[in-house]
Amino acid sequence: MAALKIENIYKKFGSVEVLKGISLDVASGEFLVLVGPSGCGKSTLLNLIAGLETVSAGSIMIGDRVVNDISPKDRDIAMVFQSYALYPNMNIRKNLSFGLETRKMPKAQIQEIVQKVSTLLQIQNLLDRKPSELSGGQRQRVAMGRALARNPKVFLFDEPLSNLDAKLRVEMRTEIKRLHQRINTTIVYVTHDQIEAMTMADRIAIMKDGIVQQFDTPENVYDNPSNRFVAGFIGSPSMNFMPAKVGIDAGQAFLIMDTGNGRSHKLTVPREISPLAPWNDREVIFGIRPEQITEDTKRSRETGKNNIINCEVQVVEPTGPDTLVFIQLNGVEVTCRVHPAAARRPGETMALQVDMSKAIFFHPETGERI
Amino acid sequence: MPDMSAGNQRLSISQTIGRWLIYAVLILFALYFLLPWIVMLLTSVKTMADIRTGNLISFPREFTLEAWKSAWSGACIGVKCGGIKAYFFNSVKMAVPAVAISTLIGAVNGYVFSKWRFRGSEMIFSLLLIGCFIPFQVILLPMARTLGNLGLAQSLSGLILVHVVYGVAFTTLFFRNFYVGIPTELVNAARIDGAGFFRIFFRIMLPVSKPIFVVCIIWQTTQIWNDFLFGVVFSSGDTQPVTVALNNLVNTSTGVKRYNVDMAAAIIAAFPTLLVYIVAGKYFVRGLTAGAVKG
Ligand SMILES: Nc1ncnc2c1ncn2[C@@H]1O[C@H](COP(=O)(O)OP(=O)(O)O)[C@@H](O)[C@H]1O
Ligand SMILES: [Mg+2]
Repeated sequence: MAALKIENIYKKFGSVEVLKGISLDVASGEFLVLVGPSGCGKSTLLNLIAGLETVSAGSIMIGDRVVNDISPKDRDIAMVFQSYALYPNMNIRKNLSFGLETRKMPKAQIQEIVQKVSTLLQIQNLLDRKPSELSGGQRQRVAMGRALARNPKVFLFDEPLSNLDAKLRVEMRTEIKRLHQRINTTIVYVTHDQIEAMTMADRIAIMKDGIVQQFDTPENVYDNPSNRFVAGFIGSPSMNFMPAKVGIDAGQAFLIMDTGNGRSHKLTVPREISPLAPWNDREVIFGIRPEQITEDTKRSRETGKNNIINCEVQVVEPTGPDTLVFIQLNGVEVTCRVHPAAARRPGETMALQVDMSKAIFFHPETGERI
Repeated sequence: MPDMSAGNQRLSISQTIGRWLIYAVLILFALYFLLPWIVMLLTSVKTMADIRTGNLISFPREFTLEAWKSAWSGACIGVKCGGIKAYFFNSVKMAVPAVAISTLIGAVNGYVFSKWRFRGSEMIFSLLLIGCFIPFQVILLPMARTLGNLGLAQSLSGLILVHVVYGVAFTTLFFRNFYVGIPTELVNAARIDGAGFFRIFFRIMLPVSKPIFVVCIIWQTTQIWNDFLFGVVFSSGDTQPVTVALNNLVNTSTGVKRYNVDMAAAIIAAFPTLLVYIVAGKYFVRGLTAGAVKG
C-alpha cells in the first residue's frame, strides 16, 4: 500500500514556477530520499507534503485520503527541520511533549511517551536542559525525538544533518537508518548530499529545476542514470564525460579516443549494450565512472576484450584505499581509480584498462541517455 | 573592553595622551548635556531670594524643598492651586494603558506580518508604515472629529485612543522586524505540532520577545508621556496630562515668576521617562541590536 502518493504537483510562488509536475509514490515503510542541488525545490516539495504550503495544482495522498485541504496538524506527519527548530524557551521535556499537550493527550501517557522516546534516542539525561545548552548532535536527536513522539504515518526530514560536522554526520546517518529499520515508518528525507542519498535510501528521487529526473533504487540510479545530470550528480568522484566519435565496423561499435600526443585508440563497445547503431560517424557523450578505468592487470586483460589505453598521468591523488589518477582523453580531464600500488607518477605513461561493459552514452545536445 | 589589555601592558606616551584626550572630550560632552539638569536641580532647591542674588550655577546658600512641595501640590495652574499632582496621575492613567495596548497590538500585528503573511499583507504593512511618517499636526482635525463622533472628545479615554492609534505604526514596525529574525521553521514546527495562531503566539513567540518588548515600551512611554500637542488639543481641564499642566503652571502669572517651582515641576514631569531609561536602558540597546547579533 502506498503511504504517500503525489500526483502531478505544481507549485508557483507568484509568477515563478518552482515545482513543475512532480509525481512520486512511496510504499508504506519505505525510505525515500529527495536529492538535488540547492534551490531545486526539495524543501518546497516537503513543505507541500507537510501542508505548510498549498499546491498550485495536483494532489497529495497520505494513506488513503487526499490531504490537499487538510491542515498540517491533521495530516498525520511529523517533520525534522534543518535548523532543528527546537522551541528555545522550553526545556527538552517540554519540547518533546508540546505537540502531545496541544493534542490534549492525558498527562500519564505523555510522560510515558517522553520516557520511551528519550530512552530510544539516549537523551534521558538532557530532559531538563534548554536547547541552547545542547550540542549540535544532541539538538539533532531532540528534533528527531519530537517527531518520533508523535508516532506519525510519515516522517519528513529536511536536510537534518547538514548542520553537523562531517564525523557526526556519518554517525547520525547510520543511526537514522537503524532507527528506520526499527520503527519501520515511511520516511521522506531531503538532502543535497548524494552520499547520504545513496547510503540511506530505499529509493531516490533526483530533482533538478523542479522536475524529478529519475526515481529509482540507489543501484539503478548509479548504474543506469536516465540522463547526464543524474549520472554526474550521483557518485563521487563524479562520472567522466567525454565527447567521442562513434565508428561501426562489421556491426561492432567503437569509440575513437585521443590519448594524447596525436595517438588515438579505439574502444570497442560490447555488442549486448550497444545502442549506438544510428550514431555511426557522429559524436556522442561517452560516460564512464572512475572505477571502471583501472590499472591493467592480467585478469582484466582476459575479461576486458582488450580495451587498454596508454595515457600520460597528469595528477595523482591518493585517497587511501584507492588512488585517483587524472589523464586526458579527447581533450577532457578523466579520473581513473587505481590500486595505490599500481599508480604511476605524473608525467609517466600508464596502461589503463577500460571496462566498457558499464559504459553509457548521452545525446550531445539534450543530455538524455542513448 | 579596551581596558583589559591596557591593564597588562604599559601604554606608550602617545597612547596615554590619546586616552586623556578621549576622556577630556567625553567629559566635555557629558557636561554639555548635564548642564541644564544641574541648573534645574540647583535652582529647584534654592529660595527665591537666593535665585535673585546668585547666578545660575551657584550653589544654594540655603537648601530647601519648599519649591518641590509647591510644585507637587500647591502651585496654581490657572485658577486651581493644587500643583501638578493630579495631572501627573492623569499622565500615568493615560500612558500605562496606551503603552500597554499599543505594544500588544504591535506584537500581534508584527507576528501576522512576519509569520502569517497573506495576499496583500505586504501592502497593508507598507501602508501602516506611512503612519510613522505622518506629522502629528496632520491628524489633529480628523482625529478631533472622530473623537467627537465616538463621544470621547476631551476625555482621557479619547487621548489614550489617539496615542494607541498613532503608536501602533511604530510598535508594529518594531515587532515585525524583530519577528522576521525568528526562524519561520519554529512556527512551522509548532503548526505541525498542532498549535494554532494564538498558541504559537503565546507559547513560542512571546517568550522570546523580551528585548523587543523593552524597546517598544521605552519608545512608547517616552513618546506618550512627553507628548504635548495631543494633550493640549484632545484634553481639557481635569483630564490634561502633566506636560500641558507644566506649561500652564509656568504661564500662570501670580506676580513674580517662581523659577524654583517651575524647575521642580519640570523635573517631576520628566522623571518617569528618565526612570524608564535608567531601569531598562541597557535592554534598549540590546533590543535594538538583537536582530543583528544572534545570541
Ligand atoms: N516562500 C517562497 N516565496 C518565493 N520563492 C520561494 C519561496 N520558497 C522557496 N522559493 C524559491 O523556490 C526555489 C526552491 O526553493 P527550495 O524548495 O527551498 O529549494 P531546496 O531544494 O534548496 O530546498 C528557490 O529558488 C527559492 O528561491
Ligand atoms: Mg532546502
